[in-house]
Amino acid sequence: MRIGNMFLAATAAVALSATSLLAGSDRLSIDGQEMTTRAKAPDYTPNLDQVISGWVFRSEETQALELDDFDNPSFVFIDQANDLWNKVDGSEGKSCASCHDDVAEFKGLRTVLPRVVDGKLQTLEDIINSERVNRMGAEPWGYTSAPMAAMAALISLQSRGMPVQVKIDGDAAPFWERGKEIYYTRVGQLDLACANCHEDNYGKMIRADRLSQGQINGFPTYRLKNAKLNTVHARFKGCMKNVRAKPYKPGSDEFKALELYVASRGAGLSVESPSVRN
Amino acid sequence: MKRTSVLLAAAVLATAAQAAETSPGDVVFDNGAVSRSLTGVPGDPANGRKVFMNRKKGNCLACHANADMHDQLFHGEIGPTLDGVAGRYSEAELRGLLVNSKNTYEDTIMPAFYRADGFKRPLDKFKGKTILTAQEVEDVVAYLMTLK
Ligand code: HEC
Ligand code: HEC
Repeated sequence: MRIGNMFLAATAAVALSATSLLAGSDRLSIDGQEMTTRAKAPDYTPNLDQVISGWVFRSEETQALELDDFDNPSFVFIDQANDLWNKVDGSEGKSCASCHDDVAEFKGLRTVLPRVVDGKLQTLEDIINSERVNRMGAEPWGYTSAPMAAMAALISLQSRGMPVQVKIDGDAAPFWERGKEIYYTRVGQLDLACANCHEDNYGKMIRADRLSQGQINGFPTYRLKNAKLNTVHARFKGCMKNVRAKPYKPGSDEFKALELYVASRGAGLSVESPSVRN
Repeated sequence: MKRTSVLLAAAVLATAAQAAETSPGDVVFDNGAVSRSLTGVPGDPANGRKVFMNRKKGNCLACHANADMHDQLFHGEIGPTLDGVAGRYSEAELRGLLVNSKNTYEDTIMPAFYRADGFKRPLDKFKGKTILTAQEVEDVVAYLMTLK
């Protein structure tokens, strides 16, 4: 109990010192469940002391939308995903529910993705499409399409509050190295790398936006800007286009490798999906 | 006959204008500074001010605060504030910073505004193009020179 209190006090002190820099709050509790929005940085990110959820960098008004699932606009799409879960599609006459009793059985899955299976890097979107094609005999969904984003959000939600913990060694190592290389490579006419904005300058304003660390623990994320759920690869594509670089394709080996690397930079943060951003 | 000579004269004029404009690959740097005007045409500070603000042009305000533009809602915090910048740099140094600031500050995050190639994976529509035209660079330099 005592230790608990001391720990809370220490967290509060960190939170206070940070609020001078940031717009909103540090403490995220969703319907009573505490999220870890700051964690000690892993040793493979020597340029970061802490890893910080994108939620911390948003304005109070945007932050508030994530505190309660009734206020979170993502939940319209969670409802749609629940319908898709039960909907029969494809030549086998099956729905997700025909094979899986309850989506809750995927608790924890999101925390370990992307992962290597049979020598290939596998994302949540890959798993969803492989189920559709191989088990249901249905058409695959577009990698960043609305049903894909909704289903990815529903499955990710089952892990909400659990720490991100992707594997980066062993057979994952070459994918992780490739992702790291992309993260630090300057591209486009503006000649900028992910690291220039999200590692060197997070916390600062870039005109009207406050730069975050570009973490993906909250994806898919509802953006006020486009009023829909956005997938990880759609966001990567957007950032690349902003620096006037030709983006890799959603679902490409490059973006999957980048996803693994970026996920690993958020180790210890809570899965916050489906989050709300501007 | 008369027609042809007018056309010819126009063509000669156009070539002369082009010759006066230094292409991105031919800009001569001296310690990061560029002393020679890129166009020979004096910069227009009023247009430079517009280019500075415009999100599709300089978008300098994305990274730099500038008190002269206090009417604009959002100023970036990534680079130094540019208040009084004309007191810290000469015109040649400012031109050099705009053309390619990496010759002044190695590894800077600031984009090179008058460089056409050497980029990795540029979007097709920007391939071989500079962010600003030579005259826009001159205009922004003229504007920065007013920030005393
Ligand atoms: C020119 C600056 C810039 C560059 C370079 C850049 N981004 Fe971003 N990124 C932004 C801005 C601005 C936002 C919106 C505010 C925020 O969350 O940081 C953003 C948001 C994000 C987010 C959403 C974070 C959240 O919590 O919702 C992710 C993920 C991201 N970026 C990843 C990347 C990756 C990966 C790269 C490299 C391929 C990259 N970014 C390159 C500016 C940049
Ligand atoms: C993506 C960020 C970014 C953009 C966009 C940008 N700059 Fe910069 N600028 C910087 C940074 C950072 C520095 C400081 C040099 C360094 O340490 O890298 C700088 C330095 C400067 C300096 C020197 C200031 C001083 O006091 O030392 C001038 C002048 C300047 N920039 C002008 C401009 C102009 C004009 C534009 C637009 C046409 C512009 N910048 C666009 C980031 C940027």
